[in-house]
Amino acid sequence: MSTAAVPMIEGWFTTGDQPALLGRRCLVCGTTAFPPTLRSCPNPGCSSDDLEEVALSRRGRIWSYTDARYQPPPPYVPSTDPYEPFAIAAVELAEERLVVLGQVAAGYGLDDLKVGGSAELVVETLEVRDGIERLIWRWRPVTETQEVAQ
Amino acid sequence: MTNHDVAVLGVGMHEWGKWGRPFVTYGVAAARAALADAGVEWSDVGFIAGGETVRNGYGGFVAGSTFAQALGWNGARVATCYAACASGSAALEAARTRILAGLCDVALVVGADTTPKGFLAPTSGERWDDPDWLRFRLVGATNPTYFGLYARRRMDRFGATSADFAQVKVKNARHGLHNPNARYRKEVTAEEIAASPVVADPLHLLDICATSDGGAAIVVSSMDYARRIGQANPVRIRAISTVTPSYPNTVLDLPLLSTDAAGVVPVPALSYRASIAAAAYEESGLGPEDMSLAEVYDLSTALELDWYEDIGLCGEGEAEKLLADGATTIGGRVPVNTSGGLASFGEAVPAQALAQVCEITWQLRGAAGPRQVEGASAGITANQGLFGHGSSVLLTK
Repeated sequence: MSTAAVPMIEGWFTTGDQPALLGRRCLVCGTTAFPPTLRSCPNPGCSSDDLEEVALSRRGRIWSYTDARYQPPPPYVPSTDPYEPFAIAAVELAEERLVVLGQVAAGYGLDDLKVGGSAELVVETLEVRDGIERLIWRWRPVTETQEVAQ
Repeated sequence: MTNHDVAVLGVGMHEWGKWGRPFVTYGVAAARAALADAGVEWSDVGFIAGGETVRNGYGGFVAGSTFAQALGWNGARVATCYAACASGSAALEAARTRILAGLCDVALVVGADTTPKGFLAPTSGERWDDPDWLRFRLVGATNPTYFGLYARRRMDRFGATSADFAQVKVKNARHGLHNPNARYRKEVTAEEIAASPVVADPLHLLDICATSDGGAAIVVSSMDYARRIGQANPVRIRAISTVTPSYPNTVLDLPLLSTDAAGVVPVPALSYRASIAAAAYEESGLGPEDMSLAEVYDLSTALELDWYEDIGLCGEGEAEKLLADGATTIGGRVPVNTSGGLASFGEAVPAQALAQVCEITWQLRGAAGPRQVEGASAGITANQGLFGHGSSVLLTK
């Protein structure tokens, strides 16, 4: 069965080899924000509604992390039956210095995470519905050795 | 300096539990108890404010008038306030400002809730523009997810341990033991907490507060009115803070998937949580050193430790030591959550901020029974909830 793949939510991130979250940047004061549904500059000293789409840093530092040992209630849709716990990380983006929450990439768990550690954005399948893969952003921990190698 | 005091004439609660009855029954019971405690007739109340409860359909969305009708229409002015966990304080602030404006002598504030089992979940349906819905749909982030994030930061930044967190629950369970309004009145051991399942690493089930049914109510009046009805020295509200965050808020708050950016505008000196209590201290002219006790929002054990620092009881990273030294236990320098806290109550959202004020009031009257703080003269409450809401109420004798 061939499957198409579409973002879980339109306009929040790009896909491909170098996926990135999409934010909004104020053309007047330069403030950046996520998610991109924002209509006005969030800086209280700026009254601009002139915002441009901008791809955000793909790397950041782990602000904190946890996991979900019990199945969250709807509208969360479990991808496995029985339910399998997954890790969650909040990462401060390197350049914009804003923190974004996301699940941790498949195959990684609590032991791979530490506050202050590096993480990189990836896009993976959150669920398959009606034969269509629904994609979501996730955080993949990056070890120091991997960083040096790059 | 202008006097902004209002009198707490009466407080009342319906005990916390899990019965699933209509929230109005808890609110009415609490309201009647508060009116009786105040010695005020419902017919004399000029203003009623209700903390809104959002999961209970039409009646909950219009809490102020729902309570007014249940008590019997009396023509009072009305307000319904939503501020998540701070809803009760927002309603109390509406009453206070109306009294201080001279538009009302005596007001009744009521909050009550009945909660579903398990995780608090968002409103159903396809709600792609609702951040509270999106966090479940896109990430599976429950309330304990956020509590887990905060707890992990204490561990990695300050070296806190699960054993430290457990001692908060042990203390609060002991405090709540003799509180007739608490849902859980049983000692809990560190071993029991460690043996309970992990919900959101590093937090165990017994580190996280339950969701409960309950109701709380407060009768407030002008100081003149209190004197006229013979209450010469009532407990008084010296300050109410209901501040919103200052940009950029760089702490990930419920129910959001992201924070503000720290890149362009400088980060404020105080975090949002710290700014909530700071505004109450500033308004009252008192400081943390003047407090005899505090009621803080222990949604998790680890979060109570964050609050010690955020309300100025100790410096950053010092909360574990403050707890271990016994300073926040009844008998210590500044007991915290003498009521037993959320650990003993579970959360009944629109009632909880008012329940905190009820506890401080009983303590300042010297009427807290076995959990009394000797010589209590001033106390502060603090809480934070979804969507940039939080509150702090400061009371003195």
